[in-house]
Amino acid sequence: MSVLIYTEIAKGKIKKSSLEAVNYGSRIAAQLNTTATALIVGDVDCTDLGKAGAKKVMKLKNDKLASLDPQYLSVAIEQAAHAEGANVIVFSSDFSGKAIAPRLAAKLKAGMVAGAVDNPVISGDSFSVKKNVFSGKAVATYTIYSAKKVISLLPNSFAVELNDTTAEVVEFAVNLDNVNSPIKVKEVKKDTSELNLADAEVVVSAGRGMKGPENWGMIEELAKALGAATACSRPVSDMDWRSHHEHVGQTGLAIRPNLYIAIGISGAIQHLAGVSGSKTIVVINSDKDAPFFKSADYGIVGDAFEIVPKLIQAVKNFKANQN
Amino acid sequence: MKILVCISNVPDTTTKISFTNNDTTFNSAGVQFVINPFDEWYALVRALELKETLGGSVTIIHVGTSDSEPTIRKGLALGADDAVRIDTEPSDAFAVAEQIAAYSKDKGFDLIMAGKETISYNSAMMGCMLAELLNLPFVSMATKLEVAGTNATIEHDIDGGTEVLECPLPLVLSANKGMAEARIPNMRGIMAARTKPLQVLPAVAADKLTSISSFTLIPGRTECKFIDPSTPEKLIELLHNEAKAI
Repeated sequence: MSVLIYTEIAKGKIKKSSLEAVNYGSRIAAQLNTTATALIVGDVDCTDLGKAGAKKVMKLKNDKLASLDPQYLSVAIEQAAHAEGANVIVFSSDFSGKAIAPRLAAKLKAGMVAGAVDNPVISGDSFSVKKNVFSGKAVATYTIYSAKKVISLLPNSFAVELNDTTAEVVEFAVNLDNVNSPIKVKEVKKDTSELNLADAEVVVSAGRGMKGPENWGMIEELAKALGAATACSRPVSDMDWRSHHEHVGQTGLAIRPNLYIAIGISGAIQHLAGVSGSKTIVVINSDKDAPFFKSADYGIVGDAFEIVPKLIQAVKNFKANQN
Repeated sequence: MKILVCISNVPDTTTKISFTNNDTTFNSAGVQFVINPFDEWYALVRALELKETLGGSVTIIHVGTSDSEPTIRKGLALGADDAVRIDTEPSDAFAVAEQIAAYSKDKGFDLIMAGKETISYNSAMMGCMLAELLNLPFVSMATKLEVAGTNATIEHDIDGGTEVLECPLPLVLSANKGMAEARIPNMRGIMAARTKPLQVLPAVAADKLTSISSFTLIPGRTECKFIDPSTPEKLIELLHNEAKAI
């Protein structure tokens, strides 16, 4: 009765959010005196899954799985869970986790908590799991009563830990003869930037204070110097200055990087809802009364057009001294 | 085309959140409730646009008590034709999905839409669970939806990009930003909403798989440390040595 963790590949490697989930699942397994088994589709070096704590890796095999269609995947994971006698299945609460995990939970009648932020407290057959609610304003403790449980972990809740452990890798043939998804993928547009905003440790975000899309050069340059992803506020994406994929906030993406640098963003409550989970927040704004300063750890009051170029230079000097 | 839009009743985005009963219950006193923004701006408005171009009907479904009726009426004021309320406390996403599945399974909806998540519980589970219970395909985080004949073309967000899919109807989808522009109900819509049908149905027996035992508010930040704008290198030093963020 191992704990199963569904994992994925991005840019030729195991996703960072998947490694976080394997760490998380292996901690649950230790509490239950069992082991963690990672599931994966596709060919990739699985060493890191072992290092993250999986005792076993099951490579799910069926041609229908190639497009990662959740309808097929949920059946594949159900079959793997059955074979392993697994009652606890862990996902990352990333986009694909959100499309697969609830489907599997409904199939298994498993109680599910999406976006867990802490390790479950296990008492008998029930789990207590904490998750953020009210868009990052509060934490709720959920109790899962059902024997089968599905938990998805909010990305960036824990740093990835890799140890000198290894996993046995096996192939697992999935039977999808009776499953037919009518969905056809016509086109995939992958973001070519190195960094995925949801995964990024450092995010440089800018708002209306930048006055126009032509001024984003310095934002991108600062992000590049810091190895950060770029983001923006809602008005900026509404005015099409930046793609809506960069919009962070209540109605955009919720992120929780190590460091969030907000430039020319006043800090409306809806924006804070999407970024308040960040560990350290820096706010740069010309208005000393901008509400965002109340939710910041560090602030600079002043003109972004003067401060950001200086900051870029300061980051470059810092990085040069580090090497 | 027959469209069903699932709506949640949530505290307005500017609500100051608090809890009662020893931190076990959300304190709704004085709170303004609205249609969950993802359900309204993206799912419902796109459903109304499709009805306006292709014909058909838009039905709203809500699982909740009579306290939610002003929220349901707002959906009718925006242009939905009729509404159904399943009269029970929405205990968790699976219980809501079971109620909506029980209602919709034999009604012949071509399209069932919900927002990508609620701004109250942020779980993003209900639509996907509903699709499984109805044995229908599900597309998450849709940002564009076009329907031609019995086929839908959908653009949706995936990890690190977007994907364009084709899927025959019927299907279930969750709507993300980009689907449609927000609308404001006009006076005619508000007047008409008063007399549009709102059917109240008893709940079917549902499973109780999870519950919330307590809430804790996330504390705000202590105090912002200000750095002189002429010395940004000081910020870098603090981020490195104090915050250990870089």
